[in-house]
Amino acid sequence: MSLITTPNIAKPDDFFAALTDLHRDLSDEQSQAVNAKLILLLANHIGDNEVLAEAMRIAASNVA
Amino acid sequence: MLNTYTFPSYAYRPSADQSAAQPVRHPVVVIGAGPVGMALAVDLAQHGQPVVVLDDNNTVSVGSRAVCYGKRFLDISDRLGVGQRAVDKGVTWNVGRVFFEQDEIYHFDMLPEQHHRRPAFINLQQYYMEEYYVDRIGQLEKVDLRWKNRLTGLEQLADGVRLTVDTPDGSYQIEADYLVACDGAGSATRKLCGLESKGQIFEDHFLIADVVMDPKNFPPERWFWFNPPFHEGQSTLLHRQADNVWRIDFDLGWEADVEEEKKPENIIPRVKAFLGDDVEFELEWASVYTFACRRMDQFVHGRVIFAGDSAHQVSPFGARGANSGIEDADNLAWKLVQLLRGNAGPQLLASYAAEREFAADENILNSTRSTDFITPKNSASRVLRDAVLELARDYTFARPLINSGRLSVPALLTQSPLNTPDSDPFETKVVPGAPCTDGAVLQNGEPSYLLGKLGNRFVALLFAQTSAEVDMAVVARLAAAQLPIDTVVVSGAAAGWEGFDALPVLIDHLGVVAQRLDGQPGTSYLIRPDQLVAGRTRHFNADQLLAMQSTALGH
Repeated sequence: MSLITTPNIAKPDDFFAALTDLHRDLSDEQSQAVNAKLILLLANHIGDNEVLAEAMRIAASNVA
Repeated sequence: MLNTYTFPSYAYRPSADQSAAQPVRHPVVVIGAGPVGMALAVDLAQHGQPVVVLDDNNTVSVGSRAVCYGKRFLDISDRLGVGQRAVDKGVTWNVGRVFFEQDEIYHFDMLPEQHHRRPAFINLQQYYMEEYYVDRIGQLEKVDLRWKNRLTGLEQLADGVRLTVDTPDGSYQIEADYLVACDGAGSATRKLCGLESKGQIFEDHFLIADVVMDPKNFPPERWFWFNPPFHEGQSTLLHRQADNVWRIDFDLGWEADVEEEKKPENIIPRVKAFLGDDVEFELEWASVYTFACRRMDQFVHGRVIFAGDSAHQVSPFGARGANSGIEDADNLAWKLVQLLRGNAGPQLLASYAAEREFAADENILNSTRSTDFITPKNSASRVLRDAVLELARDYTFARPLINSGRLSVPALLTQSPLNTPDSDPFETKVVPGAPCTDGAVLQNGEPSYLLGKLGNRFVALLFAQTSAEVDMAVVARLAAAQLPIDTVVVSGAAAGWEGFDALPVLIDHLGVVAQRLDGQPGTSYLIRPDQLVAGRTRHFNADQLLAMQSTALGH
């Protein structure tokens, strides 16, 4: 299986609002901790090292 | 110097070589009487191979260096006649626990299988281990161990090495067909050769405090704390050693003032904060150290061979120093013997380098990753590391991500040129290039263990249910090889072997050997002299097994 990079979330606005709401009352430091946990939880759910590596590659590309 | 241990003083004795008119030639000279050099010397001697060992000191290692000796170290030491003494004195443990702040978040068992002779680990101060090896060498006429003999010069010859050695009586020269440098991380031999060990030095300081206290305070387990309340922001490791000595290892960070931290008046409050005010202890030994992960590009340079820390160095997390060092010795000894006896060529020595360089890379990788988890190198790594630890309290998925040290297990040398790849299907964790498994067996009704029956020779391990299944013509062909292969039988059935005394028969009464090696009637493993699996087949076939041996000798 390869990384899905086409639309795959049923209610995109709901998801994005939930993701940003998560950080509404957090300090930068707290946000970083929450993001780290989120990454780990989702990575475990995906489980496939190749898919994760593809996501990491895209995420780190074009970093100024 | 220590309250619990008196360092032996071994006598310097002049050698006849020192008054010889010409440099005397020896087949093998080993530099360094540490665990690696002495294990190599014992191994060579047990093959009947004379060996000279030179050591610049006259006692065992001062201060506790290696602590944790893994199952493979113990299995090798059993073969070398030291294992039982080490296990009797050492502290046996199998379980490690990881704490985050106040809570235990994870524990692991290093030896989930039963019916092995040896545990996953024992903890023992290195000076005891060395003392036992010195005593063992004392029983072996083929080892000439020379204390207070310091290597000061080295010249590679076309067919050997010429050494200049300094002693209390002045210097002398000897020659060696092969020189093995087992002289540690600061190897004088390596420097004399103008060679380097390259890698990463970690910017961190660790305080070792060895304290004597009542064993009722903690069980014999490996305990590791991340960010504990008694040492905030850092990590702490606790191990029990012999004589009720406990090793406490505090991460101090790179900014620590080393000279201040070494002072007992600063160490004792740290230990008290950890143990609590009501636990009595005495400080036995303390030091502050940094560490590196590095290795030489090549372990063999002409007639000079590097083994142990001289060749490769790791951080202490994972106990991969002494454990990998003795595997080097174990790997090298039989190869040198066969090379010197003309049963193998330089390819066999090259396979030492190939196999052990691969293992060193694996050890360095594991050790580096552990160190990076324990001491994150930037704030993003720290945030991710802490997220793993926090999630691990409640969610099991995060626990395998915790890395407080991936404890030493032997590398599986699956890419070794000495292996014969499987041509039949096998369902096992043991593969060609892996150490043979252990397992409880009966021989002539007496409880025993498989590994103890393999020795230091080539063995064809044959699974058979009755004596009628053993083709004695194959046994005879294997025994008649230039380098004989001895057949050892493993049988699940005790009946059917009455009156059969042509071969050792190991009764696998628990079925563990057959299960671990997927042994079916006719299944045959070729085991190397270092007890690694060279190859295997479903048929007890002389042509196949002899071809495996030829490959395992580098032909």
